[in-house]
Amino acid sequence: MADIQVYKRTPAEQSLAQRRAKQSMRGQVMMFSLMIFLTLISFSMVVAHEQGVAGFSKYFIVPILMLFAAVQVGLQLYYFMHMSEKGHGIPQMFMFTGALLGFLIPLTFATIVWW
Amino acid sequence: MSSVAQKKSFGATLWDWLTTVDHKKIGILYFLGGGFFFVIGGIEAMLIRWQLHKPDNDFVSAGLYNDLITMHGTTMIFLAAMPLLFGFMNAIVPLQIGARDVAFPFLNSLGFWMFFFGGLFLNISWFIGEVPDAGWTSYASLSLASQGHGIDFYAIGLQIAGGGTLMAGINFLVTIINMRAPGMTYMRMPLFTWTTFVASAMILFAFPPLTIGLFLLTFDRMFGGNFFNHEMGGNTIIWEHIFWIFGHPEVYILILPAFGIFSEIFSIFSRKRLFGYPSMVFATVLIGFLGFMVWAHHMFTVGLGPTANAIFAVATMAIAVPTGVKIFNWLLTIWGGSITVTTPMLYALGFIPSFVMGGVTGVMQGAAPLDYQLHDSYFIVAHFHYVIVGGVVLAILAATHLYWPKMFGTMLNEALGKVTFWFFFIGFHMTFLIQHWLGFWGMPRRVWKFMPNQGWDMANLISTIGAFFMAIGVIVLVYNVIITSIKNVKVANDPWGDGRTLEWAIESPPLYYNFAQTPLVRGLDSVWIEKMEGNASGLTPAEPVKDIHMPNGSIIPLLMSLGLFIAGFGAMFRTETEWGLGVLIFGLVFTFIAMAARSLQDDTGYYIKKEEILRDLKRKGGQN
Ligand code: HEM
Ligand SMILES: [Cu+2]
Repeated sequence: MADIQVYKRTPAEQSLAQRRAKQSMRGQVMMFSLMIFLTLISFSMVVAHEQGVAGFSKYFIVPILMLFAAVQVGLQLYYFMHMSEKGHGIPQMFMFTGALLGFLIPLTFATIVWW
Repeated sequence: MSSVAQKKSFGATLWDWLTTVDHKKIGILYFLGGGFFFVIGGIEAMLIRWQLHKPDNDFVSAGLYNDLITMHGTTMIFLAAMPLLFGFMNAIVPLQIGARDVAFPFLNSLGFWMFFFGGLFLNISWFIGEVPDAGWTSYASLSLASQGHGIDFYAIGLQIAGGGTLMAGINFLVTIINMRAPGMTYMRMPLFTWTTFVASAMILFAFPPLTIGLFLLTFDRMFGGNFFNHEMGGNTIIWEHIFWIFGHPEVYILILPAFGIFSEIFSIFSRKRLFGYPSMVFATVLIGFLGFMVWAHHMFTVGLGPTANAIFAVATMAIAVPTGVKIFNWLLTIWGGSITVTTPMLYALGFIPSFVMGGVTGVMQGAAPLDYQLHDSYFIVAHFHYVIVGGVVLAILAATHLYWPKMFGTMLNEALGKVTFWFFFIGFHMTFLIQHWLGFWGMPRRVWKFMPNQGWDMANLISTIGAFFMAIGVIVLVYNVIITSIKNVKVANDPWGDGRTLEWAIESPPLYYNFAQTPLVRGLDSVWIEKMEGNASGLTPAEPVKDIHMPNGSIIPLLMSLGLFIAGFGAMFRTETEWGLGVLIFGLVFTFIAMAARSLQDDTGYYIKKEEILRDLKRKGGQN
């Protein structure tokens, strides 16, 4: 039967792995704060709109919210789901193709079926 | 298990095939399943042509005629062409990339059994006497109005079979991405592997729309939905969009592997490296991509408006460019090569003019204003048969001869192979060339009978005679297969003598672990390179001989598919019988239990011992 092979790291590899882990942790915390910050801005914009603050019209904040949402999806994928790391080229290609089709097809539906 | 031949009882052999997860055996299962449905679809075609051989014929009734054309189209696309191609992909692609199996052997088997049970489900409609009759496109207004359970058989049968196809596609993607032998970079992959890869990616994106469309149709017909019912606020055009968002990529899913097969053949039998390999790869990917951008060319006459029609017309015509690149590359591969006209090569040579004709009529139909004239006429029938028969079916027949030794260890008779080719090729052009004119002369598509003296009588008769020629060709092929199997003369690794890719460097058929040692790939056409450099075996090993990890067989895929098959009948008879709902639930529970059994059981496979591999190597004189 299959024996599970255990690989023991050398001290050098161990310290390298630790350094990498630290770096990635720092990146994650930074991105996490950034995302919280974006969420805060989004909420405050909506509140400002509700309160009738001048300049926060619907046509201004809806596109901005969309933009922030897109940025957050990107951060989520790249930092928390590790897509920024090496060896993710193929999954990225498939995801982008899927996203492109998922965008184009509803667009055609919107323009030629429902409009 | 041992590689030494053992006499096994019939029961044990049967169990071995039902539980197999070996890509080579699954390839053969796909081949046999697809071949079986090809014959059924072929018989349906002959009945259609017999009905149309003379005006005002009463051979079949109008209703039966609709059943026949619907089942012919559906069977040929989903149950014959796709599975036959999957057969070759399974049998050959893992060998071409130097792998021992596909990435998910269990899923591979599940994919096959879902196709098989889906196909069975669809065809049981013949015995119940309520057969799908809204055409293979099953446009919603028509299919919602259809009486009886015919369309239910279509929706559920294709749902099951389509699930299998999706799994097979994902499996090939993962296999090709992850399991290539050392040195096999993307730009060293043989073209058949490349086209399998792109076709699988297209399956990944094209089959989910079909799944959704079929679910909506199922709900509309069986569970009181109104997605396509305009009286209740639905929209019948949405079905057409969804169907063609799947349907146009589907035709390229069929043709790309065919392109791959012909690329291999041209290169082998011209004894030349494929001309313009990088541009071939690029064209394949581009066709795959553009294939998703053109679906509305099937709907020009729906009334999408001039802007939409113009956009889709231009996109459609753009596909002709990468296709043209391929055609010229093939011609330039033959150019100056040392050509041997074997049966596969004969098919390849016949393919070029046939497919070009189909492509040209495609571009004609892509011109939206002209399509208003051509749409739903026999011209369309001529077009798609030129691309599908002149492209896909010729490729399947060519691959049957080319890869027969690799799959079964024997060589089909060349003389009979050429007889098959000539009957089939002449019959094909005789049947479909004249149909272009039938279209021009105004004969509409999908008509049960036509009245005499409209100038269509002679042309239809010629077309029917051509169909008989094709049938004779296929019968000769079946005869060829039978005598070859009876004679059972085993052949060596590379019976064609000029194999270029890895599959030709190992036994015919390969041992169940394919490669004793994973090969090292040093370029495109790796075996050819090795041979040119004096390495007669054609392989350089990339690793020492060591234990090989293998998956265990399993009956669970068959059981999972069986559960869905049973549930299908339950869904269909749910409202009109007492047992319907019970059977639906039973079938689904059955499948879920089978899935749970698979998840809970900890099957880590087994190892083939190094000693056994060394023994096999010694038996073969130290070669792979
Ligand atoms: C140069 C490439 C091609 C072009 C420009 C093209 C264009 C078209 C167009 C515009 C139609 C719709 C005609 C109508 O219904 O009015 C059509 C129908 C069709 N094409 Fe093609 N095509 C091409 C290649 C292919 C290939 C490679 C296949 C299959 C292997 C294929 C299979 C079909 C089928 C099955 C239909 C009829 C579907 C139906 O209505 O039942 N085509 N083609
Ligand atoms: Cu199309």
